[in-house]
Amino acid sequence: MRRITHILAKHLIPAAALVCAVFLTACHGSKGLPEFVMPEELDESKQYEITFWAKNDTNKVQTDIYKSAISEFEKLYPNITVNMRLYTDYGRIYNDVITNISTNTTPNVCITYPDHIATYIKGINVVVPLDEISDDKKYGLGGSKLRYDGPKKEELIDKFMNECRLSGTLYALPFMRSTEAMYINEDMVKALGYEVPDIPTWDFVWEVSEKAMEKDASGTYPVNGQKVLIPFIYKSTDNMMISMLRQKGAPYSTDEGDIELFNDTTKELLLEIAGHAATGAFSTFKISSYPGNFLNAGQCIFAIDSTAGSTWMGTDAPLSDIAEENKKSFTTLVRPIPQFDVNNPRMMSQGPSVCVFNKEDPQEVLAAWLFAQFLLTNDVQTAYAETEGYVPVTAKARNCDNYKEYLSLAGTDNNEHYGVKMDASKLLLENTDNTFTTAVFAGSASLRDAAGALVENVVKAERRGTKVDEAFIEKTYDDVRSLYKLDSVSAASGRKEALGTLPAASKALIICLVAAWVLIGCAYLVRRRHKS
Amino acid sequence: MKRLLAAVAVVLCMATLVACSGKGQPEKKSEGVMTYAEYVAAPLDSEVTIEAYVQAHQSWWDNKITIYAADQEGAYFIYDMPCSEEDSAKLKPGTKIKVKGFKSEWSGEVEITDGTFEIEDGDYIAPAIDVTSLLGKPELEEAMNRFVEFKDLEIVASKDGNGNDADWLYNWDGSGEEGNDVYFNVSKDGQQYTFLVRAYLTGSDTEVYKTAKELKVGDKIDCAGFLYWYEGPNPHITNITIKK
Repeated sequence: MRRITHILAKHLIPAAALVCAVFLTACHGSKGLPEFVMPEELDESKQYEITFWAKNDTNKVQTDIYKSAISEFEKLYPNITVNMRLYTDYGRIYNDVITNISTNTTPNVCITYPDHIATYIKGINVVVPLDEISDDKKYGLGGSKLRYDGPKKEELIDKFMNECRLSGTLYALPFMRSTEAMYINEDMVKALGYEVPDIPTWDFVWEVSEKAMEKDASGTYPVNGQKVLIPFIYKSTDNMMISMLRQKGAPYSTDEGDIELFNDTTKELLLEIAGHAATGAFSTFKISSYPGNFLNAGQCIFAIDSTAGSTWMGTDAPLSDIAEENKKSFTTLVRPIPQFDVNNPRMMSQGPSVCVFNKEDPQEVLAAWLFAQFLLTNDVQTAYAETEGYVPVTAKARNCDNYKEYLSLAGTDNNEHYGVKMDASKLLLENTDNTFTTAVFAGSASLRDAAGALVENVVKAERRGTKVDEAFIEKTYDDVRSLYKLDSVSAASGRKEALGTLPAASKALIICLVAAWVLIGCAYLVRRRHKS
Repeated sequence: MKRLLAAVAVVLCMATLVACSGKGQPEKKSEGVMTYAEYVAAPLDSEVTIEAYVQAHQSWWDNKITIYAADQEGAYFIYDMPCSEEDSAKLKPGTKIKVKGFKSEWSGEVEITDGTFEIEDGDYIAPAIDVTSLLGKPELEEAMNRFVEFKDLEIVASKDGNGNDADWLYNWDGSGEEGNDVYFNVSKDGQQYTFLVRAYLTGSDTEVYKTAKELKVGDKIDCAGFLYWYEGPNPHITNITIKK
């Protein structure tokens, strides 16, 4: 018996302690960083270096605006240095953030989309909730200790702020907003015997597109005199499907994360789209190329792209990827995306937001928060919005004299005041109340990708000679569900579902722990008995 | 007539290179696999099956890989093919693969999309073909996706997004930073062309990326790379020699 007691004392008790330590470490890890608490004052005695991961549209002027904003901010806060890393793709930012969460090497401030934040906040205290700190009297929005004239909370456009809320909590600030616009070659529409309405319907766009597909004996399209024509090209097919469903009042997902995309309305829409892909009247960016390239070459009538891509659209566009000799001259009109109900137009609200990541040092987080807010000041907002068909996200910037003057000069040149770009901005300014976003939950980014994949799949199938019918769509539903792991999304969103059996390692750990405590108990009893 | 002569020149050039490479006759393809000529003749959006040798690939990402491949007769660009990270490590230059996918065209670039692949036995690296004389000519398109070389080019200024002159640019307009594509302009016989070092293919730690950043207006260079196409020739340069 003494031997057993010795073994217990020498090996098992330390083993139990180790097991407990492992458990405690695991528990500590799962708790993540401490919750951020706003410091009383910014500590100016220390130097802080923060990182800002920024997204631009491969646009030198935009990157210069970021650099200028950083420089101005650093003048105001000499103890804060901002290091910028540039991205041109939201997907890459998302991927890098996910990779860096596990090593706590996330950036301090990051341009992002709420869909992505939904995944980031699966980690505990990874992203700083902004409700309380934006209300802080000193360092909150419009706070008394800010060294710049930032917007007050009520000066941010409510609709855009609400897009940054996840389950009621504010996790980001809107930075810029855009929507999608339809850029139209009016000359070709007229040549086909139509007039462009203020709000075109889907029926109108399909009808004109099909009519344009008539060829002459030489294989030339009379409407453009060329052998290449794709009358209707959509850049973002996820937006296309989501917008169509929203316009029809059809389900897509619930706020809680139930997937409702694979429904009969979707099927009906896919059959319609497939029919127009079969004739060649419709294609997509992923399959053919940028809508603007075809539009500017006179090879597309209806090109749908972001308002943030408007400087690439039209004969006189300041930016273009096609050779000058391939450009055609025509009148470019800007209209909302096609609608099912012109009396209730619905279009996507999109554009970058900015979130703040939590860190061990609350002072570092405060420094990041000050910089994030600085991006909402009038000079940054108006300068960035003017680079493309974006709009500022604050009423303060929208109403400032500089921005009003900018809008009043629409069309006076083909650069800063390029008419198509400014029409695109105005489209969103006039339709802010008609914009919508989709529910955000862990997995919503995958659902969005799936919506686009459905469209891409039926278009590709028709082009490749496969007849798209109901059976094909059912199979595509299965393929896409599986590819984007949508069957597991609802569990990921936190809904109650069976969790399955414990992994073997977990079982072994629990058994060891129980055994260790049993043996500790035995040892204690043996010692007591021995003493007595 | 000029086009015909240029096309003949390309064919002769390629035939000579094949002969010089010691491979002799183009190798026989496996059952059900297209020859390069059959691939070229296949209509867009049709299903194709090819056998070729990996010449290079862009960095694996998101379970996909983009490959520059070639056989003794021609070259293929295989875009965004599903591939595990483990398999991507096996796709070293020279590796023979059989790819089944769809012939597609994106902004002028003819490529294979939605492909699946299997690795086969074999090894081949295609020699560079000199297409300097085809710059600015429609016949250059026939060398699309091949490993090509350009000789005696002169570096000329690039304009950034603000209209300023630069020796070279990160991204097409200077909006990028270290780690992004490096663009530079070259001149030959009075005509100007834009080339780039594609960061996903040859990243910032590679010799060509570092050399591109040393380019100065007026430098004379020879360079080689894969003849990618985007609304016209858009070569992805993998080797630059600055001449003294």
